Amino acid sequence: MEIIKVEHLTKIYGSDTNKALKLLNQGQDNNTIKKKTRQVVGVRDVSFHIEPGESFVIMGLSGSGKSTLLRCLNGLISATAGKIFIEGQELTGMPAHSLEKLRRQKMSMVFQRFALLPHRTVLGNVDYGLEIQGLARAERRQKSLQAIAMVGLKGWEDSYPAGLSGGMQQRVGIARALATDPDILLLDEPFSALDPLIRQEMQDELLDIQKRLQKTIVFITHDLDEALKIGDRIALMKDGAIVQMGQPEDILLSPATEYVARFVENVNYSKALTAASVMVRARNVVHPKDGPMTALHIMERFGMSSLFVTDRGGKLLGYVNADDASRIAGQGIRQLDTIIKKDGPAALPDTPLCELLEVLAHTKVPVAVVDEDDSLKGVLVRGSVIAGLAGERREISEQ
Amino acid sequence: MNSSLMDNIPRIPLAEWTDRSIDYLQAEWGESTQAFANGMEELIKGLQGFLISLPPELLIIVFILLAWWLVSKKVALFTLLGLMFIYNIGLWKVSMETLALVIGAVALCILIGIPLGILAAKNKSAHRIIAPILDFMQTLPAFVYLLPAIPFFGLGVVPAVLTTIVFAMPPVIRLTDLGLKQVPEELEELGKSFGSTFWQMLLKIELPLARANILAGINQCIMLSLSMVVVAAMIGAKGLGGVVWTAIQQLKMGMGFEAGVAIVILAIILDRITQNLGVKQGGRRR
Repeated sequence: MEIIKVEHLTKIYGSDTNKALKLLNQGQDNNTIKKKTRQVVGVRDVSFHIEPGESFVIMGLSGSGKSTLLRCLNGLISATAGKIFIEGQELTGMPAHSLEKLRRQKMSMVFQRFALLPHRTVLGNVDYGLEIQGLARAERRQKSLQAIAMVGLKGWEDSYPAGLSGGMQQRVGIARALATDPDILLLDEPFSALDPLIRQEMQDELLDIQKRLQKTIVFITHDLDEALKIGDRIALMKDGAIVQMGQPEDILLSPATEYVARFVENVNYSKALTAASVMVRARNVVHPKDGPMTALHIMERFGMSSLFVTDRGGKLLGYVNADDASRIAGQGIRQLDTIIKKDGPAALPDTPLCELLEVLAHTKVPVAVVDEDDSLKGVLVRGSVIAGLAGERREISEQ
Repeated sequence: MNSSLMDNIPRIPLAEWTDRSIDYLQAEWGESTQAFANGMEELIKGLQGFLISLPPELLIIVFILLAWWLVSKKVALFTLLGLMFIYNIGLWKVSMETLALVIGAVALCILIGIPLGILAAKNKSAHRIIAPILDFMQTLPAFVYLLPAIPFFGLGVVPAVLTTIVFAMPPVIRLTDLGLKQVPEELEELGKSFGSTFWQMLLKIELPLARANILAGINQCIMLSLSMVVVAAMIGAKGLGGVVWTAIQQLKMGMGFEAGVAIVILAIILDRITQNLGVKQGGRRR
């Protein structure tokens, strides 16, 4: 069952939202509504749900309503219309004390500018949520130290935030959010105040922590590269509405609107694309029983210098090259077994393209894409990879 | 005299109204305010008696240690010389009377002012009511409320403390209010997003962050209290102000100057010590 469910959520800022809501429901755009009613639309008619353990990224430029949407999820901002359910409990219209309880136990938040308390040490900051939960001192200490160790800040417990670098401060912020062991983490542009190298390091670490803890993550960012790296699913927002929602590749490969397309234009495709998304079908393979003459014939016909060899079930055995094939053909050997090479490059379908570029640059034979059972799924050839990087999705045949 | 169109408007009898209200209040509440005054007088007199009963050396050492610990060696040295000078010119006892008065007034300002400041920061309507009253308290000339205080609280230290409070409390309220309002929005969100209750927010986030401002308010309050001692002496508060007052009446310039210098010395010592209360502790953060 979904852990977060949002149904037709709308947030309008202002003192008299009724008229604005009416106009919004009639389909008037935000500017018109602002002109007519002086009310500002923050989020308009947004619906989605998030599964437990999912990393859900909300992306958009500043003013797109992404931060407002995040703050609706824990009730920091109350919705004008629509409903939000957290683990089946309706959050909208919940009495204050139940909302406090929900925040204490189910969710925690990480902030763009870290939001550390300057009068408390690292330990004291990480402790905050546990203190609010009312745990005993010894238990708090143990849990806080655990969280501090998890973000790699062991030994810094007694430092004050002002003495730490930005990256370390945000580690404290993350440790604080993890210490209470909530089901849901809300991250509001957590890395955008950090410089690029530290940002990447923190992204990697978040992914690492996520692999271990399997929290439900709602992550806000304006950086598409970051969204593609973190998100299992991405929702792209503009003017308070979600313009496209889907897996990173859906957004990249088939942008739903002009706006998304422009957003996607400058992305570094090598990070977003996986081997599976740019591979081509391996149409021409040989089996060990096929003789060298068959192999040579196929190679000659399609202008290739090597061929993959699979068994009847499609399991990759290796490859043969033209030189070896013609040599054993000359010796009158009728099977390929002796010349199958197993040292060819291979990749899993979900290997990011950026990790394969180096391999592709140096290999003489195509890169095989195989799944965990060694079953051949496809082939990476330079042409298909370049087309993928160029953002094209044309079907490319094997050479 | 030139006549004006406005002469047609009958005069508003504000003075008569005020007189009548004071008469009424005195008739209705006079006894209870007198009882309150008696209780409070006991407290202030007790504090004065306590400070005077202590050996001057002991008090001087306590002040030096405070100055040394909270501020610096320099201020500790000034404290030593300043207090010894006050003792030397024979104003120790009256200085202690004044100190007790200031401590009493400041304690009440803190006790009343900080909660009012919190209220003003948290509640818009409360702020709308409190803000103009503070303006009134700070700008209304002290003499105007000094005299009406006498029928309610008699002569002596009590009306002196109360009028001092009227004059010295506003900065405590204002700066508490300001300090709480300056808590960064993200930290407010932090508190709320972890499910803090109103009191947890206040005690764990807002008040600690407003600390420097609140201490600045208290420092201001102490300074304003000291500046009121001469005025308060008019209604029998005695102390250093009393000496100044006597000197003025008897045209003894030298005596007045001595007492004035003693007030300044006390003010500087109290200012330096309380000013650094905020900075020193805050400095630990950086």
